[in-house]
Amino acid sequence: MIKINQFCFCSISYVVHSCNLKYQNMKNTQNSLPPPSLPEQEGRVVQQSIDQWMSAEGPLLPILHHIQDHLGYIPPASIELIAHQLNLSRAEVHGVVTYYPHFRREKPALRQIVVCQAEACQARGARELTRTIESRTGCRLGQHSPDGQWCLESVYCLGLCASGPAVAINGCLHARVDHDRLNELLSPGDLA
Amino acid sequence: MSTKVYVPRDSAALAVGADEVAAAIRNEVEKRGLDVQIIRNGSRGMFWLEPLVEVEFQGQRIGYGPVSPKDVRTLLDSGFLKGQSHALRVGEVNDHPFLKQQERLTFSRMGITDPLSLEDYRHHGGFSGLCVALTLPPQQIVQQVLDSGLRGRGGAGFPAGIKWKTVLQATAPQKYIVVNADEGDSGTFADRMVMEGDPYMLLEGMAIAGLAVGATTGYIYVRSEYPHAFHALQEAIVRAENAGFLGDNLLESGKRFRVMVRKAAGSYVCGEETALLESLEGKRGIVRAKPPLPALSGLFGKPTVINNVLTLCAVPFILSHGAAAYAEFGMGRSRGTLPFQLAGNIRQGGLVEKAFGVSIRTLIEQFGAGTASGRPLRAVQVGGPLGAYFPDRLLDTPLDYEAMAARGGVLGHGGIVVFDDTVDMAEQARYALEFCAVESCGKCTPCRIGSTRGEELVRHMQHHPESSHQDEQLLRDLCNTLLNGSLCAMGGMTPYPVLSALDHFPEDFHPSSHAIKAA
Repeated sequence: MIKINQFCFCSISYVVHSCNLKYQNMKNTQNSLPPPSLPEQEGRVVQQSIDQWMSAEGPLLPILHHIQDHLGYIPPASIELIAHQLNLSRAEVHGVVTYYPHFRREKPALRQIVVCQAEACQARGARELTRTIESRTGCRLGQHSPDGQWCLESVYCLGLCASGPAVAINGCLHARVDHDRLNELLSPGDLA
Repeated sequence: MSTKVYVPRDSAALAVGADEVAAAIRNEVEKRGLDVQIIRNGSRGMFWLEPLVEVEFQGQRIGYGPVSPKDVRTLLDSGFLKGQSHALRVGEVNDHPFLKQQERLTFSRMGITDPLSLEDYRHHGGFSGLCVALTLPPQQIVQQVLDSGLRGRGGAGFPAGIKWKTVLQATAPQKYIVVNADEGDSGTFADRMVMEGDPYMLLEGMAIAGLAVGATTGYIYVRSEYPHAFHALQEAIVRAENAGFLGDNLLESGKRFRVMVRKAAGSYVCGEETALLESLEGKRGIVRAKPPLPALSGLFGKPTVINNVLTLCAVPFILSHGAAAYAEFGMGRSRGTLPFQLAGNIRQGGLVEKAFGVSIRTLIEQFGAGTASGRPLRAVQVGGPLGAYFPDRLLDTPLDYEAMAARGGVLGHGGIVVFDDTVDMAEQARYALEFCAVESCGKCTPCRIGSTRGEELVRHMQHHPESSHQDEQLLRDLCNTLLNGSLCAMGGMTPYPVLSALDHFPEDFHPSSHAIKAA
């Protein structure tokens, strides 16, 4: 009796499962083409990222990193595509993208300066350095410069705490950034 | 035979031009037709000397630093390949007093080896802990860790052996080893140094943990601010798998252990273990309520050992040298060594691995040689952004979990940030609350709302000295709520820097009343 029940249960769950699969496949076919608002090249990158990480455990963060590494930001239109293929709600994906400061939702400026604002760098003049960079580039911390060339962001620790103040320009680390070093880093041609 | 020249590849060396120095040396020796092999080692942890270039000559490693590309020509002219004198010569590096007075158990290979060379790693004692572990039953591996007295190095100081034992006793089809490499505390860089400068040690520690608890999969959760560490780990995993130190057949034992690296995304609170697990699962890094403990229901609901990088890195030594050899170091209930990190306004900043019990003053004066600015020291923050500020008169406190707690502080991850007399402690207290407001995950009210209200209060104190005593009372009440009502250490410990600043530096919060007193 038990065996029969188990068998029945199994077969029912098999049917349900295959229906789900069919439904899933249908959904996937519908969504394998990028939504119209996502440009073709961006759509391709997003799809590649999903394909590469889909089968991994906890794939959402690696997918988002992959997209940002290739496009420089997470196009808002990609959220729907990711959500459908990972079987998540758009709200869940949106929540993750907006929760983490690392993920950008708009194209970055040509030159991104990240200045460490944490205590070890504060003790070595990070506040003064930030003010100097703000006046030299014409952009406030957390904003883009009026000409769109620069964006200035804060970071809480680059792990260079014994050689502060530290900055990263387009991902490249610089420590012991004094007045002279800053002058070298912000070459005159690039000034706002 | 070619002369070996070492140029570090640690981020702290790269950030002050190590790549440019290596390129300049390569160019110049080619021009001169010299036979030189350039090795990119890890950092010795003497960051004021970076880039510290070392030359191997007659069995010694002669250091020169800090070297800039324009120094390369004069170095070669003065015969640095034969260890000759130069204005930048620091002598035999191993004899440097900064290194000589340390007790480097975990960091014994740091800066000496090529981080990605498996041969170098084995030659310097690597994988001997794993070899021992493969001969022991799981219970005995856990017993070794228990006997060593090893406590979690992330800050909480929970005994690692107890955590491992809980996971070992849990039954589940899948268990995980998760490494917390989300080293977000300001003033800390030891995890980063390990991942960039000796990554196989971490992988070995993870594999031993896997054998001990019956886990076959490990994840390393690395900060996105550490790109070099991320790439070094990825490369190390590939090489270790190809050589059979990881993978489906660990050293031909038939045991299995695989490691994956995952990149964080800039959220400080993900250094809290349950928020980290949420993040690894692909969700927002929101703190979970405990129980259930991660040891029973951790990653994807499975039993999970989640340890800090330094905790797992202490394990290979414990297995290869025995628990007693490790427990010989330390004081009280804090056994072994801690890699302390000297940071901020300090002349000789860097990594000092010492047994627990060394005083803050010894580290700052004997190793750090005082402030970098040459001005008098005023405050020292120990244990990251959630750690207390200590005034000069408390600097003789021994660095041990219990002694620090008795003085209202924490040891945290061993970061020590020095401030000179230009620091405004009211501003530091305001910053601590602002940081909490920026980084709070928002799950519990004291942390989410309290941080913002607290920041406003300190700002009000700064601009309205006439009501500062009233504000102080409110601020203390608020801190009490945060201390007792927060879900995790983020809100629960933000009061440490705030209250310690209020207690030890009241003159910065009430300038007018102190000015009147002084007059």
